Amino acid sequence: MIELDHVSFTYHGRTEPVLADVTLSIGEGELVLIAGRTGAGKSTLLGTINGLVPHFTGGHLEGTVSVDGVTTRSRPPREFAHLVGVVGQDPLAGFVTDTVEDELAYGMEQLGLSPQVMRRRVEETLDLLGIAELRRRALRTLSGGQQQRVAIGSVLTTHPKVLVLDEPTSALDPTAAEEVLATLARLVEDLGTTVLMAEHRMERVIPFADRMIHVPGTGEVIDGTPPEVLRDMPIAPPIVHLGRLAGWDPLPMSVRDARRRASSLTLGTPPARSTTDGEELLTASGVVVRYGPKVAVREVDLTLRAGEVLAMMGRNGSGKSSLLWAVQGSGPRQGGEVTVEGKDPKALSSAAARALVGMVPQTASDLLYLQTVAAECEAADAESGAEPGDCRELLDRLAPGIDPASHPRDLSEGQRLALVLAVQLSAAPRIMLLDEPTRGLDYTAKSALARMIASLTAEGRAVVVATHDVEFVATIAHRVLVMAEGEVVSDGPTGEVLGGSPAFAPQIAKILGEPWLTVEEVRSALPQEVP
Amino acid sequence: MTSYFLPRDLHPAAWWVWALGLAVAATRTTNPWLLLTIVAVAGYVVVARRSEAPWALAFRLYLYLGAFIVAIRVFFRVVFGGAEGATILLRLPEIPLPEWAAGIRLFGDVSAESLLGGLYDGMRLAAMVICLGAANALANPKRLLKAMPPALYEVGTAVIVALSVFPQLAESVLRVRRARRLRGGSGKKVKVLHTVLIPVLEDALSRSLQLAASMDSRGYGRAGLVAARARLLTGTLMIVGLLGVCVGVYATLDGSTPRYLAAPVLSAGVVIGLIGFWSAGKRVRRTRYRPDRWRLPEIVVAVSGIGVAAILFVTSDVNPMNLNPSLLDLSWPPLSWPPLLGVLIGVLPAFLTPIPEPSYAALEEPVLEKEVHA
Repeated sequence: MIELDHVSFTYHGRTEPVLADVTLSIGEGELVLIAGRTGAGKSTLLGTINGLVPHFTGGHLEGTVSVDGVTTRSRPPREFAHLVGVVGQDPLAGFVTDTVEDELAYGMEQLGLSPQVMRRRVEETLDLLGIAELRRRALRTLSGGQQQRVAIGSVLTTHPKVLVLDEPTSALDPTAAEEVLATLARLVEDLGTTVLMAEHRMERVIPFADRMIHVPGTGEVIDGTPPEVLRDMPIAPPIVHLGRLAGWDPLPMSVRDARRRASSLTLGTPPARSTTDGEELLTASGVVVRYGPKVAVREVDLTLRAGEVLAMMGRNGSGKSSLLWAVQGSGPRQGGEVTVEGKDPKALSSAAARALVGMVPQTASDLLYLQTVAAECEAADAESGAEPGDCRELLDRLAPGIDPASHPRDLSEGQRLALVLAVQLSAAPRIMLLDEPTRGLDYTAKSALARMIASLTAEGRAVVVATHDVEFVATIAHRVLVMAEGEVVSDGPTGEVLGGSPAFAPQIAKILGEPWLTVEEVRSALPQEVP
Repeated sequence: MTSYFLPRDLHPAAWWVWALGLAVAATRTTNPWLLLTIVAVAGYVVVARRSEAPWALAFRLYLYLGAFIVAIRVFFRVVFGGAEGATILLRLPEIPLPEWAAGIRLFGDVSAESLLGGLYDGMRLAAMVICLGAANALANPKRLLKAMPPALYEVGTAVIVALSVFPQLAESVLRVRRARRLRGGSGKKVKVLHTVLIPVLEDALSRSLQLAASMDSRGYGRAGLVAARARLLTGTLMIVGLLGVCVGVYATLDGSTPRYLAAPVLSAGVVIGLIGFWSAGKRVRRTRYRPDRWRLPEIVVAVSGIGVAAILFVTSDVNPMNLNPSLLDLSWPPLSWPPLLGVLIGVLPAFLTPIPEPSYAALEEPVLEKEVHA
């Protein structure tokens, strides 16, 4: 179905090729998972399939890519619309119309299908994806998971032979991601479409992937069945790390599989998770945030201690962000009290508030507006009244080796986050709030972020992380707070909150039971393991 | 009969024809009674037949705009002189202006006649604006763009996309401004503008690139296989047609050019241009999902609008005094039955059309309310 023959690709102005002499042959009805670090070339590889690379992106492509016998060399991407359906990361950015039904029909209108066929396919697709009740809704009012399902539906209506998905769940909360991935699994079963998917949450896709392609970033690709590829892949889900640790061969691909084998594992006592009892840095009581009649945060109490990492979890729209903004003092707060060092940040000027409580918002790049990293650092020093060079020093500690002359846009997602964090830390707040910092980060960047957070708490700061990433929370958090509909549903030590919950249990807890959360814990408890 | 009244959204063009009919009728008269009736008719139909969509709620803004226009017109009559007429209402001190501003008068006497003239004039303009507002409230602007001839499809899509950019832009401005406060949003005004503008523009640019990639991979602008000769023919027809129209218009407006260059060339140009347009549309192989159909209710709506305009044209020939009340002697403006009944035809769509299909939000609302009360 898809043939890549000695394909090399170099972006304009770069010397290193992103793809070097890649030859692949993907058969009909296969589900191929593409893995690799951010920026390693996954999106480029996917883009070559329908010709967006190089027709849209520019750059130099050698070799031939052909889909169903048609090569991308001779035709622009729009001539592949009936063959290849493409779904991106941010569904909202790709919508052309504004209601669900129109969006589903858009592709077919371009192909000139007859009205009867269009009508029938729209109805079929609505049912297939379980979005029939949304048909007249405006796209902007849908939740992230619903939007992504509409985006998938909108390319399915043209009955493409190939479906290309570039990290379709990276912007979604775990429940919405499950929703989308379950839908995809059913499509593969029912329709027999060839699917190419890049996905960070590999563990969800691996059980039904026929094949896996690892893009390590050196230009070549490693191709094979999931257990083969995963055996040597540096980035891997916890289940694979556990399998390697225990020496299981072949590696377990699903939690059920691993659980069956885990009975043979003899483990010592689980390590006690560290707790903190530093001084109270922040107390908030009865915080209320409302937008008109909608109550976003409903009388929430919160205390933060020095040296503590608090993870805030819950669905999109459960009030996490509103609570963070209210605590920081910049967001609206209609009721309750927040006290930091005897002062209420909301009553202070924004410059004084950020010296008490720092925050990195969801789209961290909103804070950056200058041309170079060095200029951003200087501006940050001036804004926070810090010693010149402070911000740069912080940045070097968080993420060493960033070129001061580079443009903030050109940094990797993780480096940019480090820069914003350094900018905010230059005001020397003792409390740092991070809103969804893990979004778009790969495993490597996440462990770098975990190290940054650990260094902050070691200095006696308190860190709050709002995130959907359970594995990340299991690694870093001392305490977890789960919110739903603006209220705190559970609040307690990480082990208790995560281990006992079916929705939030990390993979290791699902395999080994409640007290075990991370591979590291298992490693330290394995008697036969020699470190 | 039941199928006639089945709830559905009417063809947007029908509402536009109706509204333009009313607006044309408004241009024919300065009789305040008739103008008020036209506004009342438009308002009544809007209230009876609009949907819950956001554009439908904008009608109120057009009413405010109308009131504003009337106020401005009257105000100007006071400021820039309104002494025509015998009944002086107000004696304001006149401000002497230098020689070069001769012909302009600031303040001075204000007569009832000139005020009334301003009022009637303003009301006429306001009524026209309100009629257009009614069309906007009743017809989904995006569906109207969709109903454009196939040759203009690409332009229509571009406009739709551009329209959807504005709410996004507003959203990112709000988001970035909020984020600025996290960085201690102080400093000079110019600098603050810069710090907001750059992230917003970057955001907008990356979004539009994503949208362009998405549209491209979904087949937007698929030319299909058009023979080069067909394309050449279409292009030639369009250009020749346009040239004809230009020459024709010039000749029509300029009396000294020969007459055979006026109407004949103009009409020939229009015909050739239309043929080119049609052939350009014919090669577009694109279809429309659930197109709005033109049925009996649409005809009723359009005819009622055209009817109003037609009746006002006819009656103005019979008795101009009825439509343009005299300002020479002050009296209550007269009103005769024929034009009034004519304007009232415009209210028929409020009764003789199906109601619009309830939107999802409208179906959902009662459920939400129940939850709130419970």
